[in-house]
Amino acid sequence: MKKNIPMAIVFVLGVAFIIQFFIPSRPSQVAFNTMIEWDLIIYVFASVIAVDSLVRHHILKISRKSRGWGYSLVYLGAAVFMILAAVFSGTREGSFYMKVFNYALAPMQATMFAILAFYMASASYRAFRAKSTEATMLLISAFIVMLGLIPQGAAIWSGLPKLSEWLMLVPNMAAKRGITFGIGLGITATSLKIILGIERNWMGGH
Amino acid sequence: MPKIKYAILLMLFLLPALAPALEPPTDVKLTDAPNDDGSIVIMEWQPSPSENEPGFMGYNIERSMLPNDSFQMIAWVPKGAVEHEDNSVEAIGRNHYYKVVAINQNGDSAVSAVAGPIATTQSWFNTGKLNTLFGTFLFIAITLLYIYWARKGKLFIRRISGLDAVEEAIGRATEMGRPILYCNGIGLIDSISTVASLNILGQVAKKTAEYDTPLTVPTADPVVHAVAREMVKEGYKSVGRPDLFKEDSVYFITQDQMGYAAALAGIMVREKPATNFFMGYYAAESLVLAESGAATGAIQIAGTDQISQLPFFITACDYTLIGEELYAASAYLSKEPLLVGSLKGQDACKLIIILFVLLGTLAALIFRSDLIYSLFSIH
Repeated sequence: MKKNIPMAIVFVLGVAFIIQFFIPSRPSQVAFNTMIEWDLIIYVFASVIAVDSLVRHHILKISRKSRGWGYSLVYLGAAVFMILAAVFSGTREGSFYMKVFNYALAPMQATMFAILAFYMASASYRAFRAKSTEATMLLISAFIVMLGLIPQGAAIWSGLPKLSEWLMLVPNMAAKRGITFGIGLGITATSLKIILGIERNWMGGH
Repeated sequence: MPKIKYAILLMLFLLPALAPALEPPTDVKLTDAPNDDGSIVIMEWQPSPSENEPGFMGYNIERSMLPNDSFQMIAWVPKGAVEHEDNSVEAIGRNHYYKVVAINQNGDSAVSAVAGPIATTQSWFNTGKLNTLFGTFLFIAITLLYIYWARKGKLFIRRISGLDAVEEAIGRATEMGRPILYCNGIGLIDSISTVASLNILGQVAKKTAEYDTPLTVPTADPVVHAVAREMVKEGYKSVGRPDLFKEDSVYFITQDQMGYAAALAGIMVREKPATNFFMGYYAAESLVLAESGAATGAIQIAGTDQISQLPFFITACDYTLIGEELYAASAYLSKEPLLVGSLKGQDACKLIIILFVLLGTLAALIFRSDLIYSLFSIH
Protein backbone atom coordinates (compact mmCIF):
# COMPACT_ATOMS: atom_id res chain seq x y z
CA MET A 1 0.00 0.00 0.00
CA LYS A 2 2.83 2.35 0.95
CA LYS A 3 4.32 1.93 -2.53
CA ASN A 4 1.24 1.17 -4.64
CA ILE A 5 -0.52 4.47 -3.92
CA PRO A 6 2.43 6.70 -4.93
CA MET A 7 2.99 4.53 -8.01
CA ALA A 8 -0.67 4.83 -9.00
CA ILE A 9 -0.55 8.62 -8.55
CA VAL A 10 2.63 8.84 -10.67
CA PHE A 11 1.13 6.62 -13.40
CA VAL A 12 -2.17 8.50 -13.64
CA LEU A 13 -0.59 11.97 -13.56
CA GLY A 14 2.28 10.92 -15.85
CA VAL A 15 -0.10 9.63 -18.53
CA ALA A 16 -2.41 12.62 -18.03
CA PHE A 17 0.44 15.07 -18.64
CA ILE A 18 1.72 13.19 -21.69
CA ILE A 19 -1.80 13.64 -23.11
CA GLN A 20 -1.87 17.27 -21.91
CA PHE A 21 1.27 18.00 -23.94
CA PHE A 22 -0.71 17.40 -27.14
CA ILE A 23 -3.81 19.41 -26.10
CA PRO A 24 -3.39 23.18 -26.44
CA SER A 25 -6.92 24.12 -25.32
CA ARG A 26 -7.49 26.44 -22.34
CA PRO A 27 -8.77 23.83 -19.79
CA SER A 28 -5.67 21.75 -20.52
CA GLN A 29 -3.37 24.76 -19.92
CA VAL A 30 -5.23 25.70 -16.73
CA ALA A 31 -4.89 22.14 -15.39
CA PHE A 32 -1.15 22.15 -16.16
CA ASN A 33 -0.52 25.55 -14.53
CA THR A 34 -2.58 24.64 -11.46
CA MET A 35 -0.56 21.47 -10.94
CA ILE A 36 2.67 23.42 -11.26
CA GLU A 37 1.43 25.88 -8.62
CA TRP A 38 0.79 22.99 -6.21
CA ASP A 39 4.57 22.63 -6.08
CA LEU A 40 4.57 25.59 -3.71
CA ILE A 41 2.62 23.70 -1.06
CA ILE A 42 5.12 20.84 -1.17
CA TYR A 43 7.96 23.38 -0.99
CA VAL A 44 6.63 24.98 2.18
CA PHE A 45 6.57 21.67 4.06
CA ALA A 46 9.89 20.51 2.56
CA SER A 47 11.53 23.81 3.57
CA VAL A 48 10.59 23.27 7.22
CA ILE A 49 12.17 19.79 7.14
CA ALA A 50 15.24 21.14 5.31
CA VAL A 51 15.91 24.00 7.74
CA ASP A 52 15.36 21.62 10.66
CA SER A 53 18.00 19.24 9.22
CA LEU A 54 20.46 22.10 8.72
CA VAL A 55 20.11 23.41 12.28
CA ARG A 56 20.27 19.91 13.75
CA HIS A 57 23.40 19.12 11.72
CA HIS A 58 25.26 22.15 13.04
CA ILE A 59 24.03 21.76 16.65
CA LEU A 60 25.25 18.15 16.57
CA LYS A 61 28.63 19.27 15.23
CA ILE A 62 29.00 21.84 17.99
CA SER A 63 27.89 19.47 20.74
CA ARG A 64 30.28 16.74 19.52
CA LYS A 65 33.07 19.25 18.95
CA SER A 66 33.59 17.71 15.48
CA ARG A 67 36.29 19.04 13.18
CA GLY A 68 35.43 22.60 12.11
CA TRP A 69 32.71 23.01 14.77
CA GLY A 70 33.65 26.69 15.01
CA TYR A 71 32.29 27.22 11.49
CA SER A 72 28.98 25.72 12.62
CA LEU A 73 28.91 28.22 15.47
CA VAL A 74 29.53 31.07 13.02
CA TYR A 75 26.81 29.73 10.75
CA LEU A 76 24.18 29.47 13.48
CA GLY A 77 25.16 32.88 14.86
CA ALA A 78 24.91 34.46 11.40
CA ALA A 79 21.54 32.79 10.75
CA VAL A 80 20.08 34.05 14.04
CA PHE A 81 21.58 37.52 13.38
CA MET A 82 19.97 37.73 9.92
CA ILE A 83 16.59 36.52 11.22
CA LEU A 84 16.64 39.16 13.98
CA ALA A 85 17.77 41.82 11.50
CA ALA A 86 14.85 40.95 9.21
CA VAL A 87 12.36 40.96 12.09
CA PHE A 88 13.46 44.27 13.62
CA SER A 89 14.54 46.31 10.58
CA GLY A 90 12.31 44.82 7.88
CA THR A 91 13.45 43.70 4.45
CA ARG A 92 12.82 46.88 2.47
CA GLU A 93 15.57 48.58 0.46
CA GLY A 94 17.74 50.67 2.80
CA SER A 95 16.93 48.60 5.91
CA PHE A 96 19.73 47.20 8.07
CA TYR A 97 18.91 43.69 6.80
CA MET A 98 19.29 44.80 3.16
CA LYS A 99 22.53 46.62 3.98
CA VAL A 100 24.02 43.41 5.40
CA PHE A 101 22.73 41.58 2.35
CA ASN A 102 24.15 44.10 -0.15
CA TYR A 103 27.45 44.83 1.56
CA ALA A 104 28.33 41.41 3.02
CA LEU A 105 26.47 38.57 1.32
CA ALA A 106 26.50 39.88 -2.26
CA PRO A 107 30.29 40.58 -2.24
CA MET A 108 30.90 37.09 -0.80
CA GLN A 109 28.87 35.57 -3.64
CA ALA A 110 30.78 37.69 -6.17
CA THR A 111 34.07 36.56 -4.62
CA MET A 112 33.14 32.90 -5.01
CA PHE A 113 32.20 33.56 -8.62
CA ALA A 114 35.47 35.41 -9.24
CA ILE A 115 37.49 32.48 -7.87
CA LEU A 116 36.27 30.59 -10.94
CA ALA A 117 38.84 32.45 -13.03
CA PHE A 118 41.71 30.85 -11.08
CA TYR A 119 40.10 27.42 -11.22
CA MET A 120 39.61 27.86 -14.94
CA ALA A 121 43.31 28.65 -15.39
CA SER A 122 44.40 25.54 -13.47
CA ALA A 123 41.84 23.36 -15.28
CA SER A 124 42.96 24.71 -18.68
CA TYR A 125 46.57 23.93 -17.85
CA ARG A 126 45.61 20.34 -17.10
CA ALA A 127 43.32 19.97 -20.13
CA PHE A 128 45.76 21.37 -22.65
CA ARG A 129 48.77 19.24 -21.74
CA ALA A 130 49.53 17.34 -24.96
CA LYS A 131 49.81 13.88 -23.39
CA SER A 132 48.00 11.96 -26.12
CA THR A 133 46.85 12.42 -29.73
CA GLU A 134 43.38 13.50 -28.56
CA ALA A 135 44.82 16.00 -26.06
CA THR A 136 47.11 17.40 -28.77
CA MET A 137 44.13 17.81 -31.13
CA LEU A 138 42.25 19.57 -28.34
CA LEU A 139 45.18 21.86 -27.70
CA ILE A 140 45.54 22.79 -31.39
CA SER A 141 41.76 23.33 -31.78
CA ALA A 142 41.61 25.49 -28.65
CA PHE A 143 44.61 27.50 -29.85
CA ILE A 144 42.97 28.15 -33.24
CA VAL A 145 39.59 29.04 -31.65
CA MET A 146 41.11 31.44 -29.12
CA LEU A 147 43.43 33.04 -31.67
CA GLY A 148 40.55 33.42 -34.13
CA LEU A 149 38.52 35.35 -31.60
CA ILE A 150 41.07 38.11 -31.05
CA PRO A 151 42.17 40.81 -33.56
CA GLN A 152 45.75 39.50 -33.57
CA GLY A 153 44.47 36.24 -35.07
CA ALA A 154 43.10 38.00 -38.15
CA ALA A 155 46.34 40.00 -38.38
CA ILE A 156 48.42 36.78 -38.52
CA TRP A 157 46.16 35.16 -41.13
CA SER A 158 42.84 36.52 -42.41
CA GLY A 159 41.35 33.00 -42.63
CA LEU A 160 41.86 32.29 -38.92
CA PRO A 161 38.54 33.80 -37.67
CA LYS A 162 36.65 31.74 -40.28
CA LEU A 163 38.51 28.57 -39.31
CA SER A 164 37.75 29.28 -35.66
CA GLU A 165 34.07 29.79 -36.48
CA TRP A 166 34.00 26.58 -38.54
CA LEU A 167 35.50 24.59 -35.65
CA MET A 168 32.80 25.89 -33.32
CA LEU A 169 29.90 25.51 -35.74
CA VAL A 170 30.71 22.19 -37.41
CA PRO A 171 32.75 19.62 -35.40
CA ASN A 172 31.92 21.16 -32.01
CA MET A 173 28.22 21.56 -32.83
CA ALA A 174 28.02 18.01 -34.23
CA ALA A 175 29.38 16.58 -30.97
CA LYS A 176 27.04 18.76 -28.91
CA ARG A 177 24.01 17.69 -30.93
CA GLY A 178 24.98 14.04 -30.62
CA ILE A 179 25.11 14.43 -26.84
CA THR A 180 21.81 16.36 -26.88
CA PHE A 181 20.06 13.51 -28.74
CA GLY A 182 21.31 11.05 -26.12
CA ILE A 183 20.18 13.34 -23.30
CA GLY A 184 16.73 13.73 -24.87
CA LEU A 185 16.31 9.98 -25.14
CA GLY A 186 17.69 9.49 -21.63
CA ILE A 187 15.18 11.97 -20.22
CA THR A 188 12.30 10.31 -22.09
CA ALA A 189 13.39 6.82 -21.05
CA THR A 190 13.83 7.81 -17.39
CA SER A 191 10.43 9.52 -17.35
CA LEU A 192 8.81 6.50 -18.98
CA LYS A 193 10.47 4.13 -16.50
CA ILE A 194 9.16 6.19 -13.58
CA ILE A 195 5.64 6.53 -15.03
CA LEU A 196 5.38 2.79 -15.76
CA GLY A 197 6.78 1.91 -12.33
CA ILE A 198 9.87 0.20 -13.75
CA GLU A 199 12.20 2.61 -11.98
CA ARG A 200 11.31 2.67 -8.28
CA ASN A 201 14.53 3.95 -6.79
CA TRP A 202 12.89 7.32 -6.10
CA MET A 203 10.66 5.52 -3.59
CA GLY A 204 13.69 4.07 -1.87
CA GLY A 205 14.38 0.99 -3.97
CA HIS A 206 12.48 -2.06 -5.16
CA MET B 1 7.25 94.59 -46.67
CA PRO B 2 3.95 93.67 -44.99
CA LYS B 3 2.97 91.88 -48.23
CA ILE B 4 6.07 89.64 -48.04
CA LYS B 5 5.30 88.86 -44.39
CA TYR B 6 1.74 87.84 -45.29
CA ALA B 7 3.01 85.69 -48.17
CA ILE B 8 5.45 83.82 -45.86
CA LEU B 9 2.73 83.23 -43.26
CA LEU B 10 0.38 81.95 -45.95
CA MET B 11 3.04 79.58 -47.27
CA LEU B 12 3.73 78.23 -43.77
CA PHE B 13 -0.01 77.70 -43.31
CA LEU B 14 -0.43 75.92 -46.64
CA LEU B 15 2.79 73.87 -46.55
CA PRO B 16 1.37 70.89 -44.58
CA ALA B 17 -1.58 70.79 -46.95
CA LEU B 18 0.78 70.59 -49.90
CA ALA B 19 2.78 67.66 -48.37
CA PRO B 20 1.62 64.22 -49.55
CA ALA B 21 -1.06 62.80 -47.24
CA LEU B 22 -0.23 59.76 -45.08
CA GLU B 23 -1.79 56.68 -46.62
CA PRO B 24 -3.17 53.76 -44.61
CA PRO B 25 -2.16 50.10 -44.93
CA THR B 26 -4.56 48.03 -46.99
CA ASP B 27 -5.90 44.52 -47.34
CA VAL B 28 -5.78 43.58 -43.64
CA LYS B 29 -6.32 39.82 -43.33
CA LEU B 30 -7.12 37.95 -40.13
CA THR B 31 -6.53 34.26 -39.44
CA ASP B 32 -7.33 32.24 -36.34
CA ALA B 33 -4.02 30.59 -35.36
CA PRO B 34 -4.18 26.81 -35.56
CA ASN B 35 -3.14 24.52 -32.68
CA ASP B 36 -3.59 27.08 -29.93
CA ASP B 37 -5.81 27.73 -26.92
CA GLY B 38 -7.90 30.26 -28.85
CA SER B 39 -5.88 33.28 -27.76
CA ILE B 40 -4.01 33.99 -31.02
CA VAL B 41 -5.07 35.90 -34.12
CA ILE B 42 -2.57 36.26 -36.97
CA MET B 43 -2.79 39.56 -38.87
CA GLU B 44 -1.31 40.33 -42.29
CA TRP B 45 -1.56 43.55 -44.32
CA GLN B 46 -0.19 45.37 -47.33
CA PRO B 47 2.16 48.13 -46.14
CA SER B 48 1.21 51.79 -46.39
CA PRO B 49 2.49 53.40 -49.64
CA SER B 50 3.82 56.20 -47.38
CA GLU B 51 6.34 53.88 -45.71
CA ASN B 52 9.24 55.25 -47.75
CA GLU B 53 8.49 58.83 -46.89
CA PRO B 54 10.60 60.52 -44.21
CA GLY B 55 9.14 60.51 -40.73
CA PHE B 56 7.13 57.32 -41.17
CA MET B 57 7.30 55.39 -37.89
CA GLY B 58 5.15 52.27 -37.92
CA TYR B 59 1.70 50.92 -37.15
CA ASN B 60 -0.61 50.83 -34.17
CA ILE B 61 -2.70 47.69 -33.94
CA GLU B 62 -6.19 48.29 -32.61
CA ARG B 63 -8.85 45.80 -31.58
CA SER B 64 -12.51 45.96 -30.66
CA MET B 65 -15.43 43.64 -30.14
CA LEU B 66 -17.68 46.08 -32.03
CA PRO B 67 -17.22 46.93 -35.73
CA ASN B 68 -17.45 50.72 -35.43
CA ASP B 69 -16.58 51.62 -31.85
CA SER B 70 -14.38 51.03 -28.79
CA PHE B 71 -11.17 50.26 -30.66
CA GLN B 72 -8.21 50.08 -28.30
CA MET B 73 -4.53 49.99 -29.14
CA ILE B 74 -3.07 46.57 -28.28
CA ALA B 75 0.36 46.73 -29.92
CA TRP B 76 2.79 48.82 -31.94
CA VAL B 77 4.97 47.45 -34.74
CA PRO B 78 7.76 49.34 -36.52
CA LYS B 79 7.71 50.20 -40.23
CA GLY B 80 8.52 47.31 -42.52
CA ALA B 81 6.29 44.90 -40.59
CA VAL B 82 3.54 43.27 -42.64
CA GLU B 83 2.22 40.89 -39.99
CA HIS B 84 1.48 40.72 -36.29
CA GLU B 85 0.44 37.96 -33.92
CA ASP B 86 -2.11 39.10 -31.34
CA ASN B 87 -1.79 36.57 -28.54
CA SER B 88 -3.99 38.36 -26.02
CA VAL B 89 -7.47 37.34 -27.13
CA GLU B 90 -9.46 36.31 -24.09
CA ALA B 91 -13.04 35.93 -25.32
CA ILE B 92 -12.94 32.68 -27.30
CA GLY B 93 -15.71 32.29 -29.87
CA ARG B 94 -16.70 35.99 -29.82
CA ASN B 95 -16.27 38.37 -32.74
CA HIS B 96 -13.26 40.66 -32.81
CA TYR B 97 -12.46 43.49 -35.24
CA TYR B 98 -9.05 44.92 -36.05
CA LYS B 99 -7.60 48.11 -37.53
CA VAL B 100 -4.03 48.91 -38.52
CA VAL B 101 -3.12 52.59 -38.10
CA ALA B 102 -0.10 54.08 -39.90
CA ILE B 103 1.73 56.71 -37.80
CA ASN B 104 4.34 59.29 -38.71
CA GLN B 105 6.57 61.60 -36.69
CA ASN B 106 4.21 64.58 -37.05
CA GLY B 107 1.56 62.66 -35.18
CA ASP B 108 -0.51 62.10 -38.32
CA SER B 109 -2.31 58.81 -38.63
CA ALA B 110 -4.05 56.88 -41.41
CA VAL B 111 -6.46 54.15 -40.45
CA SER B 112 -7.00 51.01 -42.53
CA ALA B 113 -10.44 49.62 -43.21
CA VAL B 114 -11.89 47.60 -40.33
CA ALA B 115 -11.01 43.93 -40.71
CA GLY B 116 -13.13 41.18 -39.32
CA PRO B 117 -15.08 39.84 -37.67
CA ILE B 118 -12.99 36.94 -36.51
CA ALA B 119 -13.87 34.53 -33.71
CA THR B 120 -11.10 32.33 -32.37
CA THR B 121 -11.49 28.67 -31.52
CA GLN B 122 -9.40 26.49 -29.24
CA SER B 123 -7.85 23.29 -30.57
CA TRP B 124 -8.25 19.98 -28.82
CA PHE B 125 -5.27 18.40 -30.54
CA ASN B 126 -2.06 20.05 -31.71
CA THR B 127 -1.54 18.65 -35.20
CA GLY B 128 1.91 20.28 -35.27
CA LYS B 129 3.02 17.71 -32.70
CA LEU B 130 1.88 14.68 -34.73
CA ASN B 131 5.49 13.71 -35.43
CA THR B 132 6.25 13.93 -31.69
CA LEU B 133 3.25 11.73 -30.93
CA PHE B 134 4.43 9.18 -33.49
CA GLY B 135 7.95 9.29 -32.01
CA THR B 136 6.61 8.88 -28.47
CA PHE B 137 4.54 5.81 -29.40
CA LEU B 138 7.47 4.33 -31.32
CA PHE B 139 9.79 4.91 -28.38
CA ILE B 140 7.35 3.39 -25.87
CA ALA B 141 6.75 0.37 -28.13
CA ILE B 142 10.48 -0.27 -28.66
CA THR B 143 11.27 0.16 -24.96
CA LEU B 144 8.48 -2.22 -23.91
CA LEU B 145 9.67 -4.73 -26.51
CA TYR B 146 13.20 -4.67 -25.13
CA ILE B 147 11.90 -4.96 -21.56
CA TYR B 148 9.99 -8.06 -22.67
CA TRP B 149 13.17 -9.51 -24.24
CA ALA B 150 15.21 -8.58 -21.16
CA ARG B 151 12.83 -10.60 -18.98
CA LYS B 152 13.47 -13.63 -21.19
CA GLY B 153 17.24 -13.48 -21.30
CA LYS B 154 20.34 -11.49 -20.61
CA LEU B 155 20.97 -8.45 -22.77
CA PHE B 156 24.43 -7.09 -23.42
CA ILE B 157 25.14 -3.49 -22.46
CA ARG B 158 28.45 -1.78 -23.19
CA ARG B 159 30.80 -1.04 -20.33
CA ILE B 160 30.69 2.47 -18.88
CA SER B 161 33.99 3.09 -17.12
CA GLY B 162 32.58 5.85 -14.93
CA LEU B 163 30.00 3.45 -13.51
CA ASP B 164 32.45 0.58 -13.20
CA ALA B 165 34.51 2.92 -11.04
CA VAL B 166 31.67 3.48 -8.56
CA GLU B 167 32.35 0.27 -6.64
CA GLU B 168 36.11 0.89 -6.78
CA ALA B 169 35.64 4.42 -5.43
CA ILE B 170 33.45 3.22 -2.55
CA GLY B 171 36.00 0.47 -1.79
CA ARG B 172 38.80 3.04 -1.72
CA ALA B 173 36.92 5.22 0.78
CA THR B 174 36.27 2.14 2.94
CA GLU B 175 39.95 1.17 2.93
CA MET B 176 41.01 4.72 3.78
CA GLY B 177 38.36 5.02 6.51
CA ARG B 178 37.22 8.33 5.06
CA PRO B 179 33.71 9.46 4.07
CA ILE B 180 32.06 9.64 0.66
CA LEU B 181 30.61 12.95 -0.48
CA TYR B 182 27.56 12.75 -2.76
CA CYS B 183 26.29 15.97 -4.38
CA ASN B 184 22.97 16.13 -6.23
CA GLY B 185 23.71 19.49 -7.83
CA ILE B 186 21.60 22.62 -7.72
CA GLY B 187 18.69 21.29 -9.79
CA LEU B 188 15.16 21.12 -8.47
CA ILE B 189 13.20 17.89 -8.20
CA ASP B 190 11.45 18.61 -11.53
CA SER B 191 14.79 18.32 -13.33
CA ILE B 192 15.16 14.79 -14.69
CA SER B 193 18.93 14.91 -14.18
CA THR B 194 18.26 15.43 -10.45
CA VAL B 195 15.91 12.43 -10.47
CA ALA B 196 18.61 10.38 -12.24
CA SER B 197 21.12 11.55 -9.65
CA LEU B 198 18.80 10.46 -6.84
CA ASN B 199 18.44 7.05 -8.49
CA ILE B 200 22.23 6.66 -8.44
CA LEU B 201 22.30 7.87 -4.82
CA GLY B 202 19.99 4.96 -3.95
CA GLN B 203 22.50 2.49 -5.42
CA VAL B 204 25.48 4.21 -3.78
CA ALA B 205 23.70 4.21 -0.39
CA LYS B 206 23.18 0.44 -0.64
CA LYS B 207 26.88 -0.11 -1.31
CA THR B 208 28.03 2.26 1.46
CA ALA B 209 25.68 0.46 3.84
CA GLU B 210 27.19 -2.90 2.85
CA TYR B 211 30.76 -1.62 3.40
CA ASP B 212 29.86 0.51 6.46
CA THR B 213 31.37 3.61 4.85
CA PRO B 214 30.22 7.05 6.03
CA LEU B 215 28.14 8.86 3.41
CA THR B 216 27.56 12.64 3.40
CA VAL B 217 24.83 14.10 1.21
CA PRO B 218 24.56 17.91 1.37
CA THR B 219 21.63 19.19 -0.71
CA ALA B 220 20.68 22.49 -2.31
CA ASP B 221 16.93 22.15 -2.51
CA PRO B 222 14.37 21.36 0.23
CA VAL B 223 12.37 18.84 -1.83
CA VAL B 224 15.52 17.14 -3.14
CA HIS B 225 16.71 16.98 0.48
CA ALA B 226 13.51 15.23 1.61
CA VAL B 227 13.71 12.67 -1.23
CA ALA B 228 17.47 12.12 -0.83
CA ARG B 229 17.08 11.44 2.90
CA GLU B 230 14.36 8.85 2.27
CA MET B 231 16.40 7.20 -0.47
CA VAL B 232 19.52 6.88 1.67
CA LYS B 233 17.44 5.60 4.59
CA GLU B 234 15.72 3.02 2.37
CA GLY B 235 19.08 2.05 0.85
CA TYR B 236 20.44 1.23 4.29
CA LYS B 237 17.23 -0.59 5.20
CA SER B 238 17.19 -2.67 1.99
CA VAL B 239 20.59 -4.25 2.78
CA GLY B 240 19.56 -4.94 6.37
CA ARG B 241 21.64 -2.19 8.00
CA PRO B 242 19.10 0.48 9.11
CA ASP B 243 21.15 1.00 12.29
CA LEU B 244 24.02 2.49 10.25
CA PHE B 245 21.92 5.31 8.82
CA LYS B 246 22.68 8.65 10.47
CA GLU B 247 19.95 11.30 10.29
CA ASP B 248 22.46 14.13 9.95
CA SER B 249 24.32 12.52 7.04
CA VAL B 250 21.79 14.00 4.60
CA TYR B 251 21.29 17.69 5.22
CA PHE B 252 20.18 20.84 3.46
CA ILE B 253 22.72 23.62 2.93
CA THR B 254 21.32 26.50 0.90
CA GLN B 255 19.54 27.24 -2.36
CA ASP B 256 22.13 29.88 -3.17
CA GLN B 257 24.38 28.63 -5.97
CA MET B 258 27.69 30.04 -4.78
CA GLY B 259 26.79 29.52 -1.11
CA TYR B 260 26.31 25.82 -1.91
CA ALA B 261 29.65 25.72 -3.76
CA ALA B 262 31.46 27.43 -0.86
CA ALA B 263 29.94 25.05 1.70
CA LEU B 264 30.88 21.98 -0.34
CA ALA B 265 34.42 23.25 -0.93
CA GLY B 266 34.70 23.74 2.84
CA ILE B 267 33.47 20.20 3.52
CA MET B 268 35.98 18.79 1.03
CA VAL B 269 38.88 20.68 2.58
CA ARG B 270 37.95 19.98 6.22
CA GLU B 271 36.58 16.43 6.08
CA LYS B 272 38.75 15.24 3.17
CA PRO B 273 36.33 12.70 1.69
CA ALA B 274 38.07 9.90 -0.22
CA THR B 275 35.43 9.93 -2.97
CA ASN B 276 33.33 12.74 -4.40
CA PHE B 277 30.26 12.14 -6.54
CA PHE B 278 28.89 15.09 -8.53
CA MET B 279 25.70 13.91 -10.21
CA GLY B 280 22.77 15.93 -11.54
CA TYR B 281 22.29 19.49 -12.68
CA TYR B 282 25.27 21.84 -12.38
CA ALA B 283 26.02 25.35 -13.58
CA ALA B 284 29.00 27.66 -12.97
CA GLU B 285 29.77 26.07 -9.59
CA SER B 286 30.83 22.80 -11.28
CA LEU B 287 34.46 23.84 -11.69
CA VAL B 288 34.70 25.23 -8.13
CA LEU B 289 33.54 21.87 -6.81
CA ALA B 290 35.58 19.67 -9.13
CA GLU B 291 38.82 21.64 -8.69
CA SER B 292 38.40 21.83 -4.89
CA GLY B 293 37.91 18.06 -4.82
CA ALA B 294 40.89 17.45 -7.12
CA ALA B 295 43.07 19.55 -4.81
CA THR B 296 42.20 17.27 -1.85
CA GLY B 297 43.25 14.18 -3.84
CA ALA B 298 39.81 12.55 -3.78
CA ILE B 299 38.70 10.18 -6.53
CA GLN B 300 35.94 12.04 -8.34
CA ILE B 301 33.05 10.74 -10.45
CA ALA B 302 30.81 13.31 -12.10
CA GLY B 303 27.75 13.09 -14.32
CA THR B 304 25.60 15.82 -15.80
CA ASP B 305 23.44 16.58 -18.80
CA GLN B 306 24.60 20.20 -18.89
CA ILE B 307 26.75 20.25 -22.01
CA SER B 308 28.43 23.52 -21.02
CA GLN B 309 29.68 22.02 -17.75
CA LEU B 310 30.89 18.69 -19.17
CA PRO B 311 34.35 19.99 -20.22
CA PHE B 312 35.02 21.17 -16.65
CA PHE B 313 34.07 17.83 -15.16
CA ILE B 314 36.03 15.90 -17.79
CA THR B 315 39.10 17.99 -17.00
CA ALA B 316 38.94 17.97 -13.22
CA CYS B 317 37.32 14.59 -12.42
CA ASP B 318 38.63 11.04 -12.77
CA TYR B 319 35.48 9.76 -14.46
CA THR B 320 32.62 11.64 -16.11
CA LEU B 321 29.22 10.33 -17.14
CA ILE B 322 28.43 12.23 -20.32
CA GLY B 323 24.77 13.12 -20.88
CA GLU B 324 22.82 9.92 -21.44
CA GLU B 325 25.24 7.84 -19.32
CA LEU B 326 23.85 9.67 -16.28
CA TYR B 327 20.41 8.28 -17.13
CA ALA B 328 21.81 4.82 -17.80
CA ALA B 329 23.54 4.64 -14.42
CA SER B 330 20.63 3.33 -12.39
CA ALA B 331 20.05 0.44 -14.83
CA TYR B 332 23.77 -0.27 -15.16
CA LEU B 333 24.42 -0.39 -11.42
CA SER B 334 21.32 -2.37 -10.45
CA LYS B 335 21.54 -4.84 -13.43
CA GLU B 336 17.76 -5.24 -13.10
CA PRO B 337 16.45 -6.85 -16.33
CA LEU B 338 13.57 -4.38 -16.60
CA LEU B 339 15.88 -1.38 -16.34
CA VAL B 340 18.48 -2.91 -18.64
CA GLY B 341 15.73 -3.59 -21.20
CA SER B 342 14.73 0.06 -21.20
CA LEU B 343 18.38 1.00 -21.69
CA LYS B 344 18.59 -1.21 -24.78
CA GLY B 345 15.37 0.34 -26.04
CA GLN B 346 16.99 3.74 -25.66
CA ASP B 347 19.96 2.60 -27.76
CA ALA B 348 17.67 1.22 -30.47
CA CYS B 349 15.81 4.53 -30.61
CA LYS B 350 19.10 6.36 -30.96
CA LEU B 351 19.86 4.22 -34.00
CA ILE B 352 16.45 5.09 -35.46
CA ILE B 353 17.11 8.80 -34.86
CA ILE B 354 20.46 8.53 -36.68
CA LEU B 355 18.67 6.88 -39.63
CA PHE B 356 15.99 9.60 -39.63
CA VAL B 357 18.63 12.34 -39.51
CA LEU B 358 20.44 10.79 -42.48
CA LEU B 359 17.22 10.25 -44.45
CA GLY B 360 15.92 13.72 -43.58
CA THR B 361 19.19 15.38 -44.62
CA LEU B 362 19.23 13.52 -47.92
CA ALA B 363 15.54 14.23 -48.59
CA ALA B 364 15.96 17.92 -47.75
CA LEU B 365 18.97 18.15 -50.06
CA ILE B 366 17.30 16.34 -52.97
CA PHE B 367 13.71 17.60 -52.80
CA ARG B 368 14.06 21.00 -51.02
CA SER B 369 10.40 20.73 -50.07
CA ASP B 370 8.56 22.43 -47.17
CA LEU B 371 6.89 19.09 -46.45
CA ILE B 372 10.27 17.55 -45.59
CA TYR B 373 11.10 20.42 -43.23
CA SER B 374 7.68 20.27 -41.55
CA LEU B 375 8.08 16.51 -40.98
CA PHE B 376 11.11 17.21 -38.80
CA SER B 377 9.83 20.36 -37.09
CA ILE B 378 8.00 20.48 -33.77
CA HIS B 379 5.41 23.23 -33.26
